[in-house]
Amino acid sequence: MLRFLFRRLVMAAAVAVAVSLITFTLTNFASDPAIAMAGDTASAAEIQQIREREGFDRPLVVQYADWLSSAVVGDFGYSYRMRVPVSDLILSRIPVTMMLGGAALTFAIVLAIPMGVLAALRPNSWIDRTALGVAVLGQAMPTFWFALMMMVVFSVFLGWLPASGARSWQHFIMPAIALGYYATPAFMRLTRAGMLEVMRSDYIRTARAKGLRPHVVLFHHGLRNAIIPIVSLAAVQFGFMLGGSVVIETLFSMPGLGFLAWESISRADLPVIQAIVLVIAVFYVLLNLMADLANAYLDPRIRIG
Amino acid sequence: MGSLRRNVLLAATALVFSAGAAFADEDRPLRVAWDFEIDNLDQYYNTNREGIIFARHVWDALIYRNPDTFEYEPLLATDWEWADDTTIEMTLREGVTFHNGDSFSADDVVYTLNTVSDPDSGVLASRNVDWIESAEKLDDYRVRINLHEPFPAAFEYLSEAIPIYPGDYYREVGPEGMNENPVGTGPYQVESIDPQREYVLVRNEDYYEDSPKGIPAIRELHIRTITDKSTQMAELLSDGLDWVWRLPADQAERLERRPGFEVKFGEAMRIGYMGLDAAGRSGHEALQDVRVRKAIAHAIDRESIVENMVRGDARVIHAPCSPFQFGCDEDAAVKYDYDPDRARELLEEAGYGDGFEMTLYAFRDRRWTESILGYLADVGIDANMQFMQYFALRDLNHEGTTSAFHMDWGSYSIADASAVVSHFFKGSPDDFAQDEELQQWLEIADNSIDEEERLENYRNAIQRITEEVYWLPLHTFVISYAFTEDLDMQAYPDEIARYYTYSWKE
Repeated sequence: MLRFLFRRLVMAAAVAVAVSLITFTLTNFASDPAIAMAGDTASAAEIQQIREREGFDRPLVVQYADWLSSAVVGDFGYSYRMRVPVSDLILSRIPVTMMLGGAALTFAIVLAIPMGVLAALRPNSWIDRTALGVAVLGQAMPTFWFALMMMVVFSVFLGWLPASGARSWQHFIMPAIALGYYATPAFMRLTRAGMLEVMRSDYIRTARAKGLRPHVVLFHHGLRNAIIPIVSLAAVQFGFMLGGSVVIETLFSMPGLGFLAWESISRADLPVIQAIVLVIAVFYVLLNLMADLANAYLDPRIRIG
Repeated sequence: MGSLRRNVLLAATALVFSAGAAFADEDRPLRVAWDFEIDNLDQYYNTNREGIIFARHVWDALIYRNPDTFEYEPLLATDWEWADDTTIEMTLREGVTFHNGDSFSADDVVYTLNTVSDPDSGVLASRNVDWIESAEKLDDYRVRINLHEPFPAAFEYLSEAIPIYPGDYYREVGPEGMNENPVGTGPYQVESIDPQREYVLVRNEDYYEDSPKGIPAIRELHIRTITDKSTQMAELLSDGLDWVWRLPADQAERLERRPGFEVKFGEAMRIGYMGLDAAGRSGHEALQDVRVRKAIAHAIDRESIVENMVRGDARVIHAPCSPFQFGCDEDAAVKYDYDPDRARELLEEAGYGDGFEMTLYAFRDRRWTESILGYLADVGIDANMQFMQYFALRDLNHEGTTSAFHMDWGSYSIADASAVVSHFFKGSPDDFAQDEELQQWLEIADNSIDEEERLENYRNAIQRITEEVYWLPLHTFVISYAFTEDLDMQAYPDEIARYYTYSWKE
């Protein structure tokens, strides 16, 4: 088990370095931080001055090495644009993104698992078809459009929910639904497929034959086994939500990582872009690791094999 | 995506009811949204417009430029004069206090100017201050500013771009502290900056009575960053905001028809233009021929573009600068009427009777650029559009790879032709004319302190640019403002929102 963990952690570090190298190269090719810092009206001389002062004229390899050596000890440098430490900036923005991602994932799971179970119990019935319809709708609608529709209905017409911001839990309702709904079909289909397969298996028949009550069979023997792939999917989806909250956070004007990423990209604020990509990549890797551990806990075969 | 979003909002505006109960009360906060977060609240380390607007509320400069008359008026300085070509002497206002209680004197001016003009300070818009050699105190309320060399635009910079900081405070906290807790003498002071990046400003109750900015009528300003225009509109419609700006023209017009809201289209200093690579930096053959460039000028119906797309108070311009700018003499410009037949003739003469291909780079509004493509196609020019982000396009321009570009320029709100003509035609990486005589005229116009001499040289420059069609000037821009109908507001051409002039209607 320890070896397994160690191997995964080394892999996580390798992924993080690779991701940071790619981001560094791409963002440096795509934009010139000196120009972005100097502003719309800067003269060539002003731009050159900034380039020299900030060391942007050094070879990329040197700049990357410089960045990496600081980053490994947790120093991500200063934001070009805001002149505050990147780590402060990221830390101040993480809570909103985490809450949003958590709420969205909860919404997706709470909606998808019961629907998936119901659909599996009565395959091809009207319940199954309705659940499928709800799920397909979630995937078919563009997220920003769905978000705007909710905003129009619940903020403009009904006045029930605030249209933007992140000051209270009410502010998270619409963004979480918009973000979570998109992930619903994947969870639902997986639950449905898993349940269909599990409920046909021998041990369920055995459990039934033993005279166990139906809900014990369903939840204890059925769902627990069907849910194993859901754990992995949830980890992946949560990672997607952290990365994919750019549109939703920007639309709902929520000061999270996604909004920060959007702003930083539009201003070529490389240290911040670097750090955000790295943070999300590390999260992603850690989430997958946690999913593996959780699976190992749920399914002894993974642990032993 | 943009039009789909607009249609969603159409659904919203079609049904919405009027905004919340209106009450005239100076305690009622004014809630506004900006498109971008301010990069840095220390004005010297910020180049974005939101920060500039913020600065005009929190700080005062030495001189005020009246946005209606463009005259200079006393702000923190009551009197100023050229002692000689490179020396300015100023008398300061007495009895002014900073928001933290420090009293304002010559020491603050001297410390601010010497600190920010130091090349090691790392200020971002260094040209705002790098003409200052040093500042010295003559007595408590008199200062002398020494210049490196004659700089006729000095008062322009002193009037807007150089806010005065409290010396002792700035010495203690530095740029970092100023960013966290800005302190000035301006009409509003910072009450709070929360992690959600909402800025709350409250009226400076000790603001000096005879400031040309006036005592603000509205006590509190709540400023939020909302990037998405549709979200801004939803907030405005659901009584979450009182004021937004820069809505697309069609959205703004739709909002205008709603009860409870008012929309203004104020003409701005920003101008639209089409740049053509006359110098051949990009290697495009046809565009180096002046007849081809003239043909393009005749091919485009600018009146129609303004009337149908830009709308509001926008107008067609012929000179490559804003009518609001000093030195921008429309009469010096060569005017090209919409005349597609003449355009075809010119192309024929130039040997491009069968047309040619080119790429038109653009970033602002797809539909505007598409209409230009249509006019060009009409005379046989096969142009395809390359639509991109502003910064990316600007980088390409600096590299000189763009043969034709449809762009616009706000001149940093500086009401002087140098801010646009000299920026683009004095040999910078943005210069696609590379015309040495033109550069010489601009050199004289920029550096003379004789107004007549300046005007004459800008006239020469304008004539040359339009005669050679280095640029085809297109039109002025309008800025839309949408707000609740009980707000009294005034728009200014320099794209600076001045909330201290706003009030609630009785």
